Amino acid sequence: MTLLTMMALVTMAIVAQRNLFAVVVFGSIYSFLMATVLVALDAVDVAMTEASVGAGMSTVLLLAALHLTRGDEVKPLHRPLLPLLVAVVIGAALVYGTVGLPPFSDPQAAIHTHVVPRYLNDSLRETGVPNVVTSVLASYRGYDTLGETTVVFTAGAGVIALLRRRRREGQKR
Amino acid sequence: MTRDLVLRVFGKLLIPFVLLFALYVQFHGDFGPGGGFQAGVITAAAVIFYAIIFGLPAARRFAPDWLIESMVGAGVLIYGGVGVFGIVFGGNYLDYFVLAHDTVHGQERGIFWVEAGVAVTVSGVMLQIFYMFAGRQRDREEA
Repeated sequence: MTLLTMMALVTMAIVAQRNLFAVVVFGSIYSFLMATVLVALDAVDVAMTEASVGAGMSTVLLLAALHLTRGDEVKPLHRPLLPLLVAVVIGAALVYGTVGLPPFSDPQAAIHTHVVPRYLNDSLRETGVPNVVTSVLASYRGYDTLGETTVVFTAGAGVIALLRRRRREGQKR
Repeated sequence: MTRDLVLRVFGKLLIPFVLLFALYVQFHGDFGPGGGFQAGVITAAAVIFYAIIFGLPAARRFAPDWLIESMVGAGVLIYGGVGVFGIVFGGNYLDYFVLAHDTVHGQERGIFWVEAGVAVTVSGVMLQIFYMFAGRQRDREEA
């Protein structure tokens, strides 16, 4: 609860802050708080990813991007009433959606009764890997992870395609 | 490049341990938290740390562009190659238990190579994105 309150405060600070450097730092703090929440939920693998990607890598990339632009947010031309309305409506819909979810850590929830018992019981015998997260990620769900790796590859290829051409034009000049 | 002596000395001391930690996360992912994705990000972070302290040209000497660009594709090829090996040894695509005499051993071997592929692609892409951003900055300063 304390962590979630702190995350809400950091979000407020991000909205109120006009200096983009401060926004990036606050975003990093938000990611660290998120990682702490994930540790509290016993999702250590996800917490590690959140801390390294969210707090580390994206902060560095945003700072590198910030070097290319001005450091302050431009004052908005219109009043943000319509975006506020859209955000409130979507937020209300999401909160309404959580009402239908099973209670937290309910062992009878649909997600815990399908394939999870088999993974938890047979993973060590079938794959010899004690960390079930790794065995599910790399073995049982190997196709999904192949897809994810391809997505990361596509992102890298896209960045090369977009930013590389400009450099070559610069060399011609 | 920063002239800050404390940062330079401290960075030089720290970066080997960051890389070592990345290897630990990579190979200990079977037993504890971590795996290819996290290890790839930590490796990239170490090189970016180096680039920030010692300048982009120094980092490019350590991890040249051609290496990073081939890493982006090589990881996916390693991953897909494990799947093809599964077919060659008489299983389905991405079947690991045919990769060794013992099915459990085969699984471990398959997971090892798959995680290696993920780590290579992830660190390649992260470094590529950083190089692209930081490189643009330099191009602009030269112009």
